[in-house]
Amino acid sequence: MEYITLITGFLIILAGLWAIMTRKNIIRIIIGFVIFDTGLHIVMVSIAYVRGGTAPILDGSVSIADAAQKIVDPVPQALVLTAIVIGLGVTALMLAYAMKLHQEKKSLNIESFKDLKW
Amino acid sequence: MNKLFILIIIVALGSMLYPLVSSFDGNSELSSLAQFYAQPDNISKVNSPNLVTAIVVTYRGLDTMGEVTILFLTAAIIAFFLKKGGTTRTLRLNSEIFKTSAKLLVPIIVMLGVYIFINGHLSPGGGFQGGAVIASAVILMLLASPNTKLKHNFFEALESTSGLVFVGLAALGALLGLGYLDNAILPLGEFGKLFSAGAIPVIYSFVGLKVGAELSNILNKFQSVQSDK
Repeated sequence: MEYITLITGFLIILAGLWAIMTRKNIIRIIIGFVIFDTGLHIVMVSIAYVRGGTAPILDGSVSIADAAQKIVDPVPQALVLTAIVIGLGVTALMLAYAMKLHQEKKSLNIESFKDLKW
Repeated sequence: MNKLFILIIIVALGSMLYPLVSSFDGNSELSSLAQFYAQPDNISKVNSPNLVTAIVVTYRGLDTMGEVTILFLTAAIIAFFLKKGGTTRTLRLNSEIFKTSAKLLVPIIVMLGVYIFINGHLSPGGGFQGGAVIASAVILMLLASPNTKLKHNFFEALESTSGLVFVGLAALGALLGLGYLDNAILPLGEFGKLFSAGAIPVIYSFVGLKVGAELSNILNKFQSVQSDK
């Protein structure tokens, strides 16, 4: 179970990297970053999986006493929560840059920005 | 040729990642840190059924504070970056169905967001998720009626107050001698009830308000830089 999600996560990371390196449109490159991000989240959550474990929320099926035996690791899940929010902030920032770049050159093609290329 | 080069890089990175997969043999029990958090003693000390919330708000609350700061920083940079009237927009006429259903849905979505962050310590959810749901209501409103002017000052004030209350509640724990970000500054209550887990629901509600206001502010910024020609 955890292997499927782990391998899927790594494949999504590579797909995101492919998108970042091959696309020409800046918006699509940003979408590539988001895909990369999602892959990382899947990897982190699948590393936290404990065989036969359930969500770390205590209710009728998981009592306080047997919580340590029945739940999956909650720490990486909390980390992923943090990572999602940071990823959102970074994406918003990248989109703001894209907007600014479009104002400069009236184009979103990455090949029309050669000012720093040498 | 260029594509082939990129493909080689991807394959190389993939083969670098392969040992991570092959050396991973799954967990049959919790890590020692998680076992500490899942001890019955420590669960009843925090008294929150959702352990992820207990970690995010109490054990690793300082990280959450940093995270909120990063979000604030992003909003501040975007506000600094995007000047009014930078780009012109082309509006497409919205259909009547979309406008009417948006009017109907926006209050319900905001209510769902509030529900999610109030129940963050009981069920899956919490401040960040609830705040994102509220921001999705705001973006639906902006898409349905592009000429809405959001009250920029209101969101700014809401965000600053919520941030101050969060830091204040965290510091109160230190002042009372319990520890920074301790949730026992309020009565712990009965396990699994809405008013329980001490300061967690209060802190998470303010985090939810802060995140919702911040994301709405970012969306508003993206909208307000566009002007009609």
